[in-house]
Amino acid sequence: MHIAEGFLPVAHCVAWYAVSTPFIVHGARAVVKQAKEHPESRLLLAAAGAFTFVLSSIKLPSVTGSSSHPTGTGLGAVLFRPPVMAFLSTIVLVFQALLLAHGGITTLGANVFSMGIAGPWVGYAFWTLSNKLKLNRNVGVFLALAFADLSTYVVTSFQLALAFPDPVSGIFGSVAKFMGIFAISQVPLAIAEGILGVLVFRLLTDVARPELERLGVLGSLAVKEA
Amino acid sequence: MGRLRKSTVNILLVAALVVIFAVSFVVGGTRTDPEERFGGTDGAATAQIEESNPDYQPWFEPFFQPESGEVESGLFALQAALGGVVLGFAFGGLWGRRRSKAAAPDGRPSPDPAA
Repeated sequence: MHIAEGFLPVAHCVAWYAVSTPFIVHGARAVVKQAKEHPESRLLLAAAGAFTFVLSSIKLPSVTGSSSHPTGTGLGAVLFRPPVMAFLSTIVLVFQALLLAHGGITTLGANVFSMGIAGPWVGYAFWTLSNKLKLNRNVGVFLALAFADLSTYVVTSFQLALAFPDPVSGIFGSVAKFMGIFAISQVPLAIAEGILGVLVFRLLTDVARPELERLGVLGSLAVKEA
Repeated sequence: MGRLRKSTVNILLVAALVVIFAVSFVVGGTRTDPEERFGGTDGAATAQIEESNPDYQPWFEPFFQPESGEVESGLFALQAALGGVVLGFAFGGLWGRRRSKAAAPDGRPSPDPAA
């Protein structure tokens, strides 16, 4: 999902920065507020950030014969709501842009939008929906993480298609081409990320139950289970 | 859910992860020629742009570029290591907090009905 440095026209670069900046600022304030008002949740906040940091560094093979990396943004979105992930993802993407030449400063706005904003919100929507449907919590976590991951790559495909429409088939033809590169490869990775997320979440309910209860993550489902 | 059942579920989840990547590796390996096997999707997207829009000139270059694949993979490993250390520290801290709370006489060890 990292659009390479310089690979978005100037107008797109500026536009995506304009869209993402308010989310990043709002997210930074959400992180500070969370850490200040609830010092006991700092460790959990660090865990959410670290989870994204680790997962987005690991490139894994996919059935299509290419390799890609998960995003790890769904966990933090479920625990702390999506805004914090806009900020935490920005840290990850800046690190990768400056040290690894992966992604870039000119494409940071667009990359933050796909990974730090769209992905977490889609994941959170699936989490909320599965709570409403009273699905098993493990299923909710799986869906949240898997779709946060997959939707990030779908959004990247649209971003690239908007910048580079196909001369014949237009934007939608171009979307199909980029989806062919990103989306199918990402399906097994998204499933794997969902499973890993369920494992981590189960571990968290063991070691951090009071914190999760305070965040309301175990909410109505916990009542139902008891 | 009992204790045994819980760890069984965890083992099954880990097994599912292993199966996904084993299948990906085998199936993916048959679909590409050995020269370009398991190339990154990000790079493939860039190549796609270069092919469909040969006139497009990237207007900005990274300030710093890892000079070889080895250096690059080392830096990616550094990223994973940093994240892993923080993740381990956070889990360790949460675990210690829970244990000391459970041990304290006035602490309220929350019942664990298992996830």
